[in-house]
Amino acid sequence: MSTVTAPRREDVRQAQAAESDRTKSENRLGLRLVAPAVVFMLLVTAWPMLQALYLSLFRYRLTAPDDREFVGIANYTTVLTDRLFWLDTWNTVLIMVVTVAVELVIGFAFAMVMHRIVFARGVIRTSILIPYGIITVVSAFAWQFAFSLNNGFVNNWLPFVDENFNWFGDHWPAMFAIMVSEIWKTTPFMALLLLAGLSQVSEDMLEAAKVDGATWWQRLWKVILPNMRAAIMVAVLFRALDAYRIFDNIFVMTKGAQETESASFLTYRQVIEQVQLGLGSALSVLLFLSVLLIAWLIVKLFKVDLAQARGEG
Amino acid sequence: MAGALLLVSGLLAACSGDDSGTPTLIWYTNPDTGGQAAVAEECSTDRYEITTEVLPQDANQQRIQLARRLAAKDPDIDLMSIDPPFTAEFADAGYLAEIPQQMQQTFREQAFQSAAEAATWDDQLVVAPFWSNTQVLWYRKSFVDKAGIDMSQPVTWQQVIEAAGKNDGRIAVQANKYEGYSVWVNALIEGAGGQIATNTDAGVDAEIQIDSEAGREAADVISALASSDASPADLSVSNEGTAAATFSSDAGAFMVNWTFIWGNYGEDRLGDDIGFARYPRTVEGEESTPPYGGIGIGASAFSDHRDLAVEALECLTSPENQAINAELTGNMPSSAAGYEQPQVQKLFPADLIQLFQESLQDAAPRTLTPYWSDISGAIQSTWHPPSTVDEQTPEESAEFIRDVLDGRSLL
Repeated sequence: MSTVTAPRREDVRQAQAAESDRTKSENRLGLRLVAPAVVFMLLVTAWPMLQALYLSLFRYRLTAPDDREFVGIANYTTVLTDRLFWLDTWNTVLIMVVTVAVELVIGFAFAMVMHRIVFARGVIRTSILIPYGIITVVSAFAWQFAFSLNNGFVNNWLPFVDENFNWFGDHWPAMFAIMVSEIWKTTPFMALLLLAGLSQVSEDMLEAAKVDGATWWQRLWKVILPNMRAAIMVAVLFRALDAYRIFDNIFVMTKGAQETESASFLTYRQVIEQVQLGLGSALSVLLFLSVLLIAWLIVKLFKVDLAQARGEG
Repeated sequence: MAGALLLVSGLLAACSGDDSGTPTLIWYTNPDTGGQAAVAEECSTDRYEITTEVLPQDANQQRIQLARRLAAKDPDIDLMSIDPPFTAEFADAGYLAEIPQQMQQTFREQAFQSAAEAATWDDQLVVAPFWSNTQVLWYRKSFVDKAGIDMSQPVTWQQVIEAAGKNDGRIAVQANKYEGYSVWVNALIEGAGGQIATNTDAGVDAEIQIDSEAGREAADVISALASSDASPADLSVSNEGTAAATFSSDAGAFMVNWTFIWGNYGEDRLGDDIGFARYPRTVEGEESTPPYGGIGIGASAFSDHRDLAVEALECLTSPENQAINAELTGNMPSSAAGYEQPQVQKLFPADLIQLFQESLQDAAPRTLTPYWSDISGAIQSTWHPPSTVDEQTPEESAEFIRDVLDGRSLL
């Protein structure tokens, strides 16, 4: 692929050298036209980020503004040496890995169904997408009620579960319930992204493989999956980043009890509930950095080409 | 852009009320069944009108909304209903308008001792006690008959747990990871003659006393219940509402819960099967200290009509208006005078009313400190779930509270 793009970059450079007055002024106009948007973006995204970075260097409690004190990187050392922070980070990574893996498998199956379905196509596609159209908080409440000991039905439906089993009474069952609600809610999104990749796989190639005597399994592994690698990686990237910021389900279902807290939830509690602006800002900076790190890792490790996935390559 | 600004400023002007007519005082209330709105109407005069705005249901969310807006000096809050554990924090941060000494005197004399205590920070009465809540021990009459316990005598937690455990009954408490659990822990510790923290005037440097004999007595009670057959299956996620459901189930035996729960059971009262007694004792021979709850009304220091707001406190918390509120909501008055109002007397049976008053006299507010939310959160982290509580818990929680207050640990 690089052999395709490299000469093109040179073309661009040559073209730049030979820029006419007209293109120059067009470029200037272009810059002026995007300038308001850039300034606006800086105001609404860069400014709060810098503000958080600045606040994270203080010991600052909103209800005790007089005690505000510059502490340098002390908040970061507190956070990074804290058991709770690592516990919550581990929870978050676990939720991310498990839910994305499960969603990938179920999502792929859904995508196949949506792709191949012949009759009642619209109805089936729509019904698969319904959970994604439901607000996360609402779906979290629905699942919380379902698993609840007082008014839930899960215990009655599952034959191997005791009727008095309290799903939110222990760490692992509670994590399970949270992950189930997350998977239920976002698998359709995964399926949708995979469907886009699936429809890019050429029918000719599949037919050729069929003629050559490839089994269904071989066609899946040798033809379909390699050809939708970019789509899979984009789906994994998007979902992983979303899953890493999980908040709503936990807030609704356990409020972080039974050590089910996630990194975002910890940040929320420090900033909003405990009004610890300094410590909370340090946490949000770290959260931001970890999201960046995950994005970078996925892009690097799986060599995702975002431009290609968007059909620009 | 300019058009948008004009529009925004127009909207803001529309919100800020009419300066020429009678000023409007906005009272931020906790959600109720119309009691506070009725009192607001009652207290609107020719000089000012009082309207209400409703805060979130959850007490902690109420605190967050008020604290964030007051930190930004929001002038649109004139009066607010404040839960007692956060009173000290708001007062210490300078969010509450000062109440004149004369009025403080009146409020103090009028209120129950526990109510006045909960409304005081730094020797000043900073909010006007409005309604007061306390918990009693509710029991199923049929169950105690079967178990053969004499409820006319004070009972201890151990007795209650044993009786319920032996006779297949459940004890409903509040032990989810939330403020209600701290209420229980605090009542148990106070009942054993201890305190969670002392010298709270020192702010973050308050002395944490939870690692004490009283703390261990409290831990004993919680671990005894958690490991007993009397503990309901949903113990670790129980709150006031689920406790009420457990209590009314076939296995329901005992429950500690606030006064308003009486109204939950309609006129039938589970077939006239509900009895009540004073909050159980933590230790044998030592009088129990029931939890204190309720609402105090504070005037905002940043209100545009601060003097009028402070003035309105007197009417809002008058015994007559406490009674109007009680009648509409079941939230009982914070004063003996309020209890004497005829309509209040009709709300509950006479002996229950007497029990409430007696409980309120001896009730223990949660530790008064600007850092209560930190302390309470640290208690919830170390004492939850109840099944993990053991004799080490008080020591661990004392260390954790210290670390949190010193900024060494995340909460």
